Amino acid sequence: MASIDIKGVKKVYQGNVTAIHGIDLAIGDGELVVLVGPSGCGKSTLLRMIAGLETITEGTIAIDSAVVNSREPAERDIAMVFQNYALYPHMSVRQNLEYGLKNRGTPRAEIDSRVAEAARMLEIEPFLERKPRQLSGGQRQRVAMGRAIVRQPKAFLFDEPLSNLDAKLRGQMRVEIRRLQHRLKTTSVYVTHDQLEAMTLADRLVVMNGGRIEQVGKPTEVYDRPASLFVAGFIGSPPMNLIPLEALKNIVGSAVLKDLPTETDLIGVRPDRMQTGEGEGFVLTGTVDLIEPVGGESHLYLHVEEIAAPLVMVMPGRPDLSEGAVVPIRLPLDALHPFSTRTGLRTD
Amino acid sequence: MVENRPFLAVLTHLVLLAGVVIVAFPVYIALVAATHGPTALTSGAMPLLPGGELFANVMQVLTENRRGVAPFWLMAWNSLWMAVIITLGKIAISIISAFAIVYFRFPGRVLAFWLIFITLMLPVEVRIIPTFKVVADLGLLNSYAGLTIPLIASATATFLFRQFFMTIPDELMEAARVDGAGPLKFFRDILLPLSRTNIAALCVILFIYGWMQYLWPLLVTIDPNYYTLMMGVKRMAAVSDADPQWNIIMAAVLLAMLPPILIVVFMQRLFVKGLVETEK
Repeated sequence: MASIDIKGVKKVYQGNVTAIHGIDLAIGDGELVVLVGPSGCGKSTLLRMIAGLETITEGTIAIDSAVVNSREPAERDIAMVFQNYALYPHMSVRQNLEYGLKNRGTPRAEIDSRVAEAARMLEIEPFLERKPRQLSGGQRQRVAMGRAIVRQPKAFLFDEPLSNLDAKLRGQMRVEIRRLQHRLKTTSVYVTHDQLEAMTLADRLVVMNGGRIEQVGKPTEVYDRPASLFVAGFIGSPPMNLIPLEALKNIVGSAVLKDLPTETDLIGVRPDRMQTGEGEGFVLTGTVDLIEPVGGESHLYLHVEEIAAPLVMVMPGRPDLSEGAVVPIRLPLDALHPFSTRTGLRTD
Repeated sequence: MVENRPFLAVLTHLVLLAGVVIVAFPVYIALVAATHGPTALTSGAMPLLPGGELFANVMQVLTENRRGVAPFWLMAWNSLWMAVIITLGKIAISIISAFAIVYFRFPGRVLAFWLIFITLMLPVEVRIIPTFKVVADLGLLNSYAGLTIPLIASATATFLFRQFFMTIPDELMEAARVDGAGPLKFFRDILLPLSRTNIAALCVILFIYGWMQYLWPLLVTIDPNYYTLMMGVKRMAAVSDADPQWNIIMAAVLLAMLPPILIVVFMQRLFVKGLVETEK
């Protein structure tokens, strides 16, 4: 168990391609930090630099207060779970779990007890003598986690570990990873592009884009108060509606919108904060284009005369509306997020 | 194909049978010739049915020493040594070079790769004179080293391993690094076991390659103690002042064919087993 301190880390690949433009991040002892962002945002590169699989062009990474820049992955005392599991195909599950410990010269009795412990924890005892190819995807995933757990490392690094699983299994494993991490209290860095996974797992969320950190914070903070247009669009599904301020002024009059910070020219509203009917806040008149029933809730695609892009609204249950209906849509005042298109940042 | 036309089925079988006959007939003739007495084959009419002298002929090959030809057992021993050294040498060198080319970023890596690639275009027959000169200058004529070393470097096997290593996901190497395995440990614990089936397949191909060598041993050996079977069989046929004893020669040919057949039969099981249990 340890903290991880990332200071001014940059990654420049051959041919002057900069993958990471200077990142500072302090990960506390026992914390589960999720790096989330679209593909190519540098999240995996950052994780691999922590692991020691990529060299660090500039800056320092310290694990447990010791700078590890020039240490081999094995000397950093971290364990990694890969997207494709990377189990050794010719070794049995038991041998897979033991391999790292054997290489470290761990005594036989200690290896056996740790493997037994991890196998019990992950419920993979029945498969210990099987080869990885005889296991299902979910079971392989467990073995990959087991291989990390037996090492009792200072930190776990997860590189999109659930993206090869089907949706149902992914949900189960997500809960299990969370539970396991709470029990073991091992510092963890988890990379994913799935914002739902990121929201549900993270103690702290790091949203990355284009090799930079866009926002760091608790998942709920990031959701409730996105720091930039990128975060607003990336976190939350369906994504936040962004309405040009000019269009909004044309509908509700400029007087009510005058005390917004200068530079504000875009107003964001979460689909689940919009409501039908009159009341406090701004009321727009929209035509229902499409209703998507998603089970417990429904997504409404609305067209508003003055606004070019369709607005998406989430309503609980199945609203008694038909496509083509004209409805009043209320945007509560406290649900509005002001942004500036020029800087891409939040303005309040 | 999902077509179901009896005529085509008959035709394809006929073509296949014709192919089998063309390949198998000479072998059959050799087998028949090895079963007859000394006079049957020199009479002008080749018998097409086996005779009863096979055992006697084989015994004669195994025991009798003839003029200008080394004893059969010695030649078989030399051939076996040569084939085994070439097989093991080629596999050892090519798997290590492929390991270097695929997993290490060293200066001149691309150059090394292309040099190996280019040697594909230069088989022994093409570079035989300079190679002979080098071997002679090193004093390796009439030695096992001279018989085998020039044939050991193998671009083909290097390629095969390179292609195979490139299909192994990088994450496996990274997982091994995180697990504390250095390059040699990774090679020994992970790459070698995974290459098992490739090695088995190469053993079959390379053993036969080594066993069948004729031109090179002919050039570098004058001492009968280093003659190989392939040379010996040829020498048995090249007798002066007499008719070649075809029945004895063919018996020797049959014996010379046995080791490659055994290797194929024995290794094939391992090979097929490896193919069935895909481990990737």
